[in-house]
Amino acid sequence: MMSETPIIAQDNAAPPHPLQEFWKYFSENKGAVIGLYFIICAIIVAVFANYLAPHNPFEQYRDALLQPPFWMDGGSSKFILGTDDVGRDIMSRLIHGARLSLFVGVIVVTISLAIGIILGVTSGYFGGLYEIAVMRLMDIILALPSLLLALAIVAILGPSLKNAILAIAIVVLPHYVRLTRASVIAEKSKDYVTASRVCGSGPFRMMFSVLLPNCMAPLIVQATLGFSTAILDAAALGFLGMGAQPPTPEWGAMLANSLQFIQRAWWVVTFPGLAILLTVLAFNLAGDGLRDALDPKMKR
Amino acid sequence: MIQFFFRRFSHIFPAFIGVTLLTFSLIHLIPGDPVELRAGERGIDPARHAAMKAEMGLDKPLYVQYFNYIGNVLKGDLGKSFVTKKPVLEEFFTLFPATLELSLCAMIFAVIFGIPAGILAGVKRGTVFDHTVMGVSLTGYSMPIFWWGLLMILFFSVNLGWTPVSGRISAILWIDTDTGFMLIDALRSNEPGAFKSAVSHLILPSIVLGTIPLAVFARMTRSAMLEVLQEDYVRTAKAKGLSPRRVIFVHALRNAMIPVITVIGLQTGVLLAGAILTETIFAWPGVGKWILESIRRRDYPSIQGGILIISTFIIFVNLGVDLLYGVINPRIRHNS
Repeated sequence: MMSETPIIAQDNAAPPHPLQEFWKYFSENKGAVIGLYFIICAIIVAVFANYLAPHNPFEQYRDALLQPPFWMDGGSSKFILGTDDVGRDIMSRLIHGARLSLFVGVIVVTISLAIGIILGVTSGYFGGLYEIAVMRLMDIILALPSLLLALAIVAILGPSLKNAILAIAIVVLPHYVRLTRASVIAEKSKDYVTASRVCGSGPFRMMFSVLLPNCMAPLIVQATLGFSTAILDAAALGFLGMGAQPPTPEWGAMLANSLQFIQRAWWVVTFPGLAILLTVLAFNLAGDGLRDALDPKMKR
Repeated sequence: MIQFFFRRFSHIFPAFIGVTLLTFSLIHLIPGDPVELRAGERGIDPARHAAMKAEMGLDKPLYVQYFNYIGNVLKGDLGKSFVTKKPVLEEFFTLFPATLELSLCAMIFAVIFGIPAGILAGVKRGTVFDHTVMGVSLTGYSMPIFWWGLLMILFFSVNLGWTPVSGRISAILWIDTDTGFMLIDALRSNEPGAFKSAVSHLILPSIVLGTIPLAVFARMTRSAMLEVLQEDYVRTAKAKGLSPRRVIFVHALRNAMIPVITVIGLQTGVLLAGAILTETIFAWPGVGKWILESIRRRDYPSIQGGILIISTFIIFVNLGVDLLYGVINPRIRHNS
């Protein structure tokens, strides 16, 4: 008599949703989670800047020049982080500056990611003379120190926030092109790609629908880290007077003239820089965590 | 080895041509006419305009202009500054020692603190020390150095009064600057206190400029150490009963240093770019501050020349790093 083997344990453990799996790896890195929370807070502050800022960032309170933060002698709760040399509320300027910095990050990453993906995918897919030309051009951009090249571009176009964004997008472009090209070349020889070609996919479909989705992981990491580079470089250009122009409440530009107040008003110097540092640090932390979570080699 | 040398050496030509194309096009991409730019706001009459255009070689086709430019560059003629009317090359090289001195000190600072920190963090993986080093270095890596410089001035110069705020040497000292390197000139001058003054002026700018490289070196050394410590030869060395010190410093460290040397070379560009910010904050009379001022004054020959020399310098540093890499790592030199 044949006894049917009873099914003892049904394998009902469905594979976790990719996002769930991702969060499991990502949340192992505490720094990354802190970074992510900070970024979310910064986004909220940036979006609701008009409601959160206690004052208009441009309004000059002529009776409260260089007023210290509220916990110091002479400070008042009206200006929590004090005022600058023309009596503008520093906290309101920082809050509006968050909007500007994140905006710079979004635009720079979008431009450089879009152009970088197109150049990288096409040069990896087509190869030949086109690839050599693109990659040599990227090598030249990489041979120049990023800030110097950004300054040169701003020197041509004229100093403004718009031109600074464009300059930074050009400077960071090679990273995206190289990453995309390298992933495309690595993926190109795999069976699923050959299968898709046999099925008659055209070059456009091959590049952007078959290859690209499998090359996204390193690009997502680079894009996150790209935010920190963009924010840092835009602030540096603003500091040098080559980015956002006064009276724009940009964090770097807020520091541009602060050296002269360093003896009298430390708060004018300290807070904008702290805002830059924390934001850049948050993106770097989150980027590191993303790399660990998305890199299959790191998964155990 | 010789073959490797020549193969690598040939790579610099496309890079150099690319950089000259970039600096050449700089002058043509500016909105407006170079002649009118030079004439300033007063304007210029048409006859003189044409004459100046011919004089500057701007009436010829672009490719002829480019070859003339390359020819002049190779002869060492980078044009004259619009502002000071002095040759750009001369201006650059009177200021360059100041930048080089600052960059070297920053590099030394970064290496002597960053690499040991990275080694220790790698060896003591997962300990409090490791986490501290990694946290501090990530913070350093995220640092807006222009703000860091201001904070250092605020703390050490203003509050504590330990170091001077700006410049290369105390204003009351007047010493000959033959070499351009203030430390050497101060030593040679026999002026009492000159060397001490030069050193105290260098400390803060070097720390500020060296912060990002330091963070990069610490992180890089740590990950290189972690990788090497897992290798079979390290296990063999341990199994042979060698002391931990010998395993770490002889067997592991030598191999871990290979990627670190490359990173040290690559940081040269970062240092020169950072010099623009550091020199601006500390009023350090180097090429970084000079380029920034040239951009502000729209002194295009100086911008063009400055970018060209700095990029060429970086191309050669990268070449040197690659060659050194081939010398210390036979696997590179024998690969195609």
